[in-house]
Amino acid sequence: MTETTMNIENAHPLDKWVTPEIAARNDRIEIRPVALEIKQLHKSFEHKGKVNKVLNGIDFTTHKREFICVVGPSGCGKSTLARLVAGLEQKESGHILVEGKEVTEPGPDRGMVFQSYSLFPWMSVKQNVMFGLTQAGMARNTAEAEALQWIDLVGLSKFVDAYPHQLSGGMKQRVAIIRALANQPKILLMDEPFAALDPKNRLKMQQYLLEIWRNIDITIFFITHDLDEAIYLADRILVLDANPGRVKEVVKVPLPRPRADDTLLTEEFLATKAYLESLVHPPETEEEESMEDKLSMVRMVPVNAEVPDIY
Amino acid sequence: MAIFPKSWTTPRVELDKASKIWLTIASFAIPLLLWSLVSYVPFLWHPDIKVTDPGNVSYFREGTLVKKEIFEREVDKRLAIKGENPANIPQGIPANPVYLPAPHEVALAMYTAFTTPPKRFNEPWLHQSLWHSVQIIFWGFFWSMVFGVPLGILAGTYDSASRIIEPFTEFFRYLPAPAFGALAVAILGIYDAPKIAIIFIGTFFQMVLIVATTTRKLNMALVEAALTLGCKGKSLIRRVILPGVLPDLFRDMRILLGWAWTYLIVAELIGTSSGITWFITQQARYKNFDNVFAAILMIGILGIVTDMILAKLGKRMFPWHNAG
Ligand SMILES: Nc1ncnc2c1ncn2[C@@H]1O[C@H](COP(=O)(O)OP(=O)(O)OP(=O)(O)O)[C@@H](O)[C@H]1O
Ligand SMILES: [Mg+2]
Repeated sequence: MTETTMNIENAHPLDKWVTPEIAARNDRIEIRPVALEIKQLHKSFEHKGKVNKVLNGIDFTTHKREFICVVGPSGCGKSTLARLVAGLEQKESGHILVEGKEVTEPGPDRGMVFQSYSLFPWMSVKQNVMFGLTQAGMARNTAEAEALQWIDLVGLSKFVDAYPHQLSGGMKQRVAIIRALANQPKILLMDEPFAALDPKNRLKMQQYLLEIWRNIDITIFFITHDLDEAIYLADRILVLDANPGRVKEVVKVPLPRPRADDTLLTEEFLATKAYLESLVHPPETEEEESMEDKLSMVRMVPVNAEVPDIY
Repeated sequence: MAIFPKSWTTPRVELDKASKIWLTIASFAIPLLLWSLVSYVPFLWHPDIKVTDPGNVSYFREGTLVKKEIFEREVDKRLAIKGENPANIPQGIPANPVYLPAPHEVALAMYTAFTTPPKRFNEPWLHQSLWHSVQIIFWGFFWSMVFGVPLGILAGTYDSASRIIEPFTEFFRYLPAPAFGALAVAILGIYDAPKIAIIFIGTFFQMVLIVATTTRKLNMALVEAALTLGCKGKSLIRRVILPGVLPDLFRDMRILLGWAWTYLIVAELIGTSSGITWFITQQARYKNFDNVFAAILMIGILGIVTDMILAKLGKRMFPWHNAG
């Protein structure tokens, strides 16, 4: 953190990175129609009579074709929030509106991509992508033609007839994404979709995703615990607080679009990351203390005399 | 120190091909070896004596089996008499009881059982009896599947269905199927219907519970993915749940089919005895225990061959299952 950011009071620490172009783009986003509106959303889980409040009055609005990332400490309710929007969980109170319509159950207007790839293992890549289309009543031929286009888009033409177990993790996730997108949902919910990929593949998938997002009419609600990923992808980052989950802050990412390949090394990127870091991991937590205990235990373990010290 | 190759003692590691074949052969060879030892090594077990020369014992006949003690008592009695004619002393060789025929006798019986015509002209040949049994199993199991699989899938999919179906099923499966024999005969007559009913009762209730458990084990993420793709209700069951559990369902059916065979023997005894059970009881009555063994082995062979065919078929039909 630089001196200047510490000294400025009232003003947001990231304001100084917001160029006029970025500000103009943010303004353009805000006048778009609302895609998803979450109002005073509460959610608790009950376990053996004990009520566990997971989400406590979430308020959040996204506009059409916005790219939202959600970050927050583990267990703060990110997945729960996405599942509520998908309709896979029932809310306790509050409202979730997708283009003005209340969410009551899962539906094809909200696609979801899970961390576990969840492709249907008995279907080929093509059949997986066709699944939602034929479900919606599209004729087989049309659905097939459309599926092939999608498969081509993510460079899997050679694998149309392959089964999921024959694909790598990254390929599976690409299929999962186009399977959701083929349905033309209004919102694509993604719950840590790239968490299981190695860094190189992950970057490639992120670029794929941005490219797809640029070309189609979709609002993306992307959950991650990787701050680099969140900054690289998002227009705005929803930072949640844990126990119970609340909106801590919604951070507008002060980076121009399209994102450059070396964005991750720029000063504004690092400043944004440092700021998010301070939001997500406030200094001095209990966890750190317990770590210290463990470290001193490790030192008591006898050390092989041949290698007395690893430093 | 290593008596076995390392791969034999490593948990959950697939064996090499040669080891697999050897162990499979051994799996059958070991019981066969034990059986052969008991049958052919005269000092192992052999509690009886087969009389080769009855001497002057009035109730001995050549070829009869007598208990060793009785035989020795008769011999001792004659040895005690001084100057007894040696021709009066009975002779015999150690033998196993009639109910344990030697492997070669059973092997022979396996063949002759098929070629020997039935004792009375209106009685069925062995292959007819076997075929009758297979039909009873087939229909009993068929009706079990017709009702058991859909109910099990429903119970595994919807908690409401589970609540209404499973408690009673759970209770009923503890009622022994053979106990319904008399009832089944009273209701369904003495021919095949009550027998099919026993197979049905014996497998249906287990099937509902097992299928429900299997269905519940289907990865929830697949169901949720389908829901977010707009698939629900009947088409969810048809397009996702059913194909998703099919490989495991197939395995369940293989196991349950084994149970159906165990109920067969009871089922065939009720009403008019029929099928392979009729053959077995008939042969046991004539003390043709080699034929009894042969028939039992035939059931085993029929069972394992069906299972092997189904296993191969399963691998063919579900290539994605357990792969990768
Ligand atoms: N089905 C459930 N039943 C009971 N409690 C649940 C259930 N699902 C989630 N929870 C609880 O809700 C809280 C939030 O869970 P959630 O999975 O939404 O967190 P998360 O932010 O996604 O965490 P992570 O970053 O580790 O994925 C946790 O404390 C969890 O124990
Ligand atoms: Mg999560």
